[in-house]
Formats: sequence, C-alpha cells, structure tokens
Amino acid sequence: MHPAYTEEHQAFRALVRRFVETEVTPHVEAWEEAKSFPRALYRKAGEVGLLGVGYPEAYGGTPADIFYSIVLCEEVAKAGSGGVSAGLLSHGIAIPPIVALGSAALKAKVVPTVIRGEKIAALAVTEPSGGSDVANLQTTARREGEHFVVSGSKTFITSGMRADFYTVAVRTGGEGMGGISLLLIDRDTPGFTATPLEKMGWWASDTATLYFDECRVPVSNLIGEENQGFFGLMLNFNHERIAIAANAYAFSAVCYEEAVAWARERVTFGRPLLSRQVIRHKLVDMAMHIHSTRCFLEATAYRVMQGESPIAEICMLKNHATQCLEHCAKEAVQILGGAGYIRGAKSERIYRETKVLAIGGGAEEIMKELASKHLGW
Amino acid sequence: MKILVTMKRVTDYERKVKIAPDGSHLITEGMNFVANPFDEIAVEEALRLTKAHGGEVVVFSAGPKDAAQQIRQGLAMGADRGIHLLTDKELDSDAVARLLAKVVDQEKPDLVILGKQATDDDANQAGQLLAGYLGWAQGTFASKHEGLEGPEEKAQKPGLAIEGGKVHVVREVDGGLETIALDMPAVVTTDLRLNHPRFTTLPNIMKAKKKKLDEVTAESLGVDLSPKVKMLRFSEPPARTAGQIVDSVDTLIHKLKNERKVIA
Repeated sequence: MHPAYTEEHQAFRALVRRFVETEVTPHVEAWEEAKSFPRALYRKAGEVGLLGVGYPEAYGGTPADIFYSIVLCEEVAKAGSGGVSAGLLSHGIAIPPIVALGSAALKAKVVPTVIRGEKIAALAVTEPSGGSDVANLQTTARREGEHFVVSGSKTFITSGMRADFYTVAVRTGGEGMGGISLLLIDRDTPGFTATPLEKMGWWASDTATLYFDECRVPVSNLIGEENQGFFGLMLNFNHERIAIAANAYAFSAVCYEEAVAWARERVTFGRPLLSRQVIRHKLVDMAMHIHSTRCFLEATAYRVMQGESPIAEICMLKNHATQCLEHCAKEAVQILGGAGYIRGAKSERIYRETKVLAIGGGAEEIMKELASKHLGW
Repeated sequence: MKILVTMKRVTDYERKVKIAPDGSHLITEGMNFVANPFDEIAVEEALRLTKAHGGEVVVFSAGPKDAAQQIRQGLAMGADRGIHLLTDKELDSDAVARLLAKVVDQEKPDLVILGKQATDDDANQAGQLLAGYLGWAQGTFASKHEGLEGPEEKAQKPGLAIEGGKVHVVREVDGGLETIALDMPAVVTTDLRLNHPRFTTLPNIMKAKKKKLDEVTAESLGVDLSPKVKMLRFSEPPARTAGQIVDSVDTLIHKLKNERKVIA
C-alpha cells in the first residue's frame, strides 16, 4: 500500500465500502434498466460526507487530500456501474470552479446544498460543435445591464436532465480562450430546456443536451472574473483526470475479480477454466496492467498532494488507466464467454463503459498532444 | 450517565480464514480486520442512550497496536474517548472480563454494554464473566420488541429503557422475548436485532483523530493475562461430499429411511 494512505483513509474506505454495499450495489441492476437512480441517493451520500470530500468546512465539506478522492472513486466504482459513479459525483467537476473563484454569496448559495446532496450540480462545457476545442466554444452571453443574456447549447452533459445548478462555459468576450467566462445557471431560468440522450453505457446516469434561449442570468452568477473562465476550467483538469484514472483502475479490478471468480467456477471439458494456461495467462496480464495502473495512479497523486502539477504524467496516467480498462474489460468478457455478453454480468456493462472514459475529461489523442507539450523536449 | 462499551478487533467475516498447516494457529498475515459487528451494535446503543439521557461513551479494546483502528471507529461513530489495553497476547474471555473489571473500577460507568459474542471465536462469555466479577446484574442478548423494521428503529430510539435507576432489557430467549429490569450499574450484551449501527461519516472520521485515546497495559492494571482456556487445535470443517441424483421420490424416501436413517 502507498505510504500516503493513513489510518483515516482506511476508515474512510471502510465507510464508503459499507455505504456502497448497503445503498448502491443491491440496486444497480434495477437502476441500470430504469436508466436512473433515485435522487435520494445524493442525500444519503451527503449525510455520511461522501459529497464533501476535499471541500472547505465552511461550506459543509471536509478538507481532505487527493487520496481520499481516489478512495471514494474506487469504492463507488466497485458497484460496477459507471453511470452511478458519474451521476452521483457529477458535482466533482461542477463546483470546484465555484469554490475556487466564486463570490462568497454564490458559494453560500450553491456549495453547501450540493454537498448535503439536496441539489445536483453539473458542468456544461462541450457543445454540439465541439468538445475538446474548448477555446472555440460558441455559446454566447451578452451583457444587458445587471444580466447576461445566454444563447446557445451544450451537449453530453452528465446529470444534464436533473441538475439544479449548471456551471456553464460561455463566450463573453472575443475569440479564443481569453473570451470565455463561467456562469452559474439555475435550471429554473426562463429559456432553459434540456433533452435526454441515449448512450452506449452509463445508463444509470442522465446525460442531456441543454438549450439556452435568451436566458437572463444575473451578473452576480459570474464565477470568477469575466473572460477568465478558461482558468477556472483548467483548475478542474488535474483532479478530474486523476479521478477518471481511479475509476478506470477500479473498474479494471472489478472485471478482473469477476473473471477470476468465473474461471474458478466454470468447468469445461471436465476441468475448471482456471486450470487452463491460456486463461491463467490472460488473468496475469490483466493483473499486471491493473498493478501498474495503481502504482502510476498513486505515484502521480502523491506528486499532486505535494503541490506539484505534473501535467504530462496526469495525461499519460489517464490514457494508461483507460487502456488498462479497455484491455481488462475485453478479456473479462472473453473469459466469461456467452455469460459475459448477457446483461447482468458486471463485465458486460463495464465493457460498454470503457470508451466514455477514454473520451471524456480529455480524449486520448488530446491527452497525448498535451503530454507531448509538457515532456520538455 | 457514563457508558463503557467494547470494540473488539476481529478478522473480517467476509474473508476466508486460513489455518496454519499444523493446526496450531490462524494465519492472520494479510487478513483484513474489522470491528466485531455485535460491538458496533453496543456502541450504537450507547450513543442513542447518551443522546436521550446525556452523558459520556467510553470505548474499550484490548489487543495489538492496530486495535486502535477499531476504537477510532467507535469514536468516529460518536463515542467520546477510548481506552486501549495494549497487548500482543491472545486473550481468553476470562482475561478480558478481568481487565474490564479493573477498567470499571477506575471509570465507574453506570452501564457496560458489550457485544454478546465476537465473530472470531464466538465465545459468548466476556459479558457474563464481567457481571460475575463485578457482582452486577446482567442482561444478555438485548433485543427489542418490534425488531429492526419498526418506527422506533427508524427514529433511532434506544432499545434499552432507563427509568428510576433501572435498565429494562428485552431479551431474546427460546420461544420469544422476555423483559427484565436490572438495577444499575449493570452489564448488557447485545444481540443482532437491537439496532442498525450507524455509518461513520467523513467529518467524524477526521474528528475522531483528535479524540482522547489512552493506552494502558495489563501490568498497570495488575491483571495476569495468562489464559485459563488453552486453544488446542484449529481445523477446517469437513469438505462437502458430492450429492447423489436419484431417479424417483420412492428411491429418495428409501435412501433417507434405510441408508441415512434420517426419517422413520
């Protein structure tokens, strides 16, 4: 175990594990088929402090280092539903810019109620015209007195259907990243609508396209300085990508464990699958990838904890972890055979949820480009 | 009111325990350890009682350095402070009871609540022996009338009723429930259906770090830990043998009657 894990991290892990085993895992199949999980889960998670990890005490959070966030991602992922992980923790990308840059009034309005699980927060950056190319986003906000008037649309927004608050990237200035601001937009704002999107995976979370038709948003909802929004988004990147890596690591481990359990039980031609060299070697390869991902994850997280911002390593970590997941999910489904293709196997679901982690939070190709710029050649 | 509760460090009941090849001991290396679930119920009950009546909850554990984790869990649930009897020795129930009797002498609690047994050795003796050493009344296998699905559990009310210097304990006995009234101070042991222990919370895990946890030694309490019960051997339960498929109900009945002799 990495030395950064203390007794309190272990106690927190025990808490999240118990919470997930009691409140999440037994319901995952039903929630997946229903393509939603109950809003009450946010409140339950809020009550035991899961939504406040790393946020200031003044807003109801619990200051905690990045290893607590990793523990949270890993343990929630053990339920085997990327949709639950993504939906329940969607505030993890929506509120950090508010906490870091928002006015006292904005923070007091949004952060405590989200951390208690009463309200849901979502981040809205990607647009139908493009995702990774944030600097060229098209949604505009023009100033009219004490309001911004917002027009445009956002897509692939996690918790997009039922969020109460949206942290939205808009263009308030000229072209490029220097013209982007972040606005907090309330779902009740006239002119705001959302339509649901059907997805390959992540069924338990709602994903939406958002439309802003001349939405009037008070100037006081500006998060940070006008035209400084890109900086606010950048604050998210390191943490989000490490969280994605932690998710990918944990889902890889879920696939591995399901494959081992299956190989032990399943008898073919008179012998358990586990006795076959081909299967054992597949499992060793999976274990090897999982182990290296974990070491990479913890080593990188440790540097972030020391106050560093190792951007190249974080980009490579995200790719390494999602590639590990693609490998492990593919092999687990193969080892499970027909059973791995049938709804109900965790590996079946996770297999459908590999791509979203290799695309969201910075696509694999973007990660490589960014890493290449930071490797110091 | 002051309540002393126990929190034993036990092997994780969800993992398979390995036995040394010669059967002399359990292999604990690499094992996961948790708090005894019956003790978690004891802590929960104590917290509900002090919420209703005021007072202090003190968590006690005897065990190696790492047993502090289980005490901290009790503190994270809401207990006020901990006492850790540091020892690497294997303790039998009698040693634990004698240690607890000394702690009771010092702490003078109004109530001692223990799990009815620990899930590792299932001895079910420490509470009874403690009551014997102290000369106190005991209420074992504490439960409650409406069980865990009723409105009182939803409202997180205590299952033990304290009134006029007595504690009323609903006990699970053969064939039903009986209610007894004990003069306080008293010893109570908890059964499964007394309460649902609460989750800890992240803020409370962080706060627990700062709560007082005193370490004491058996020598300082003047207790001899030499066991009275000696563990002779551990062995695995016999492996299940393969079943048989019979071709008809008549054959089944014949076999049960004449081969297995389980029906007449």
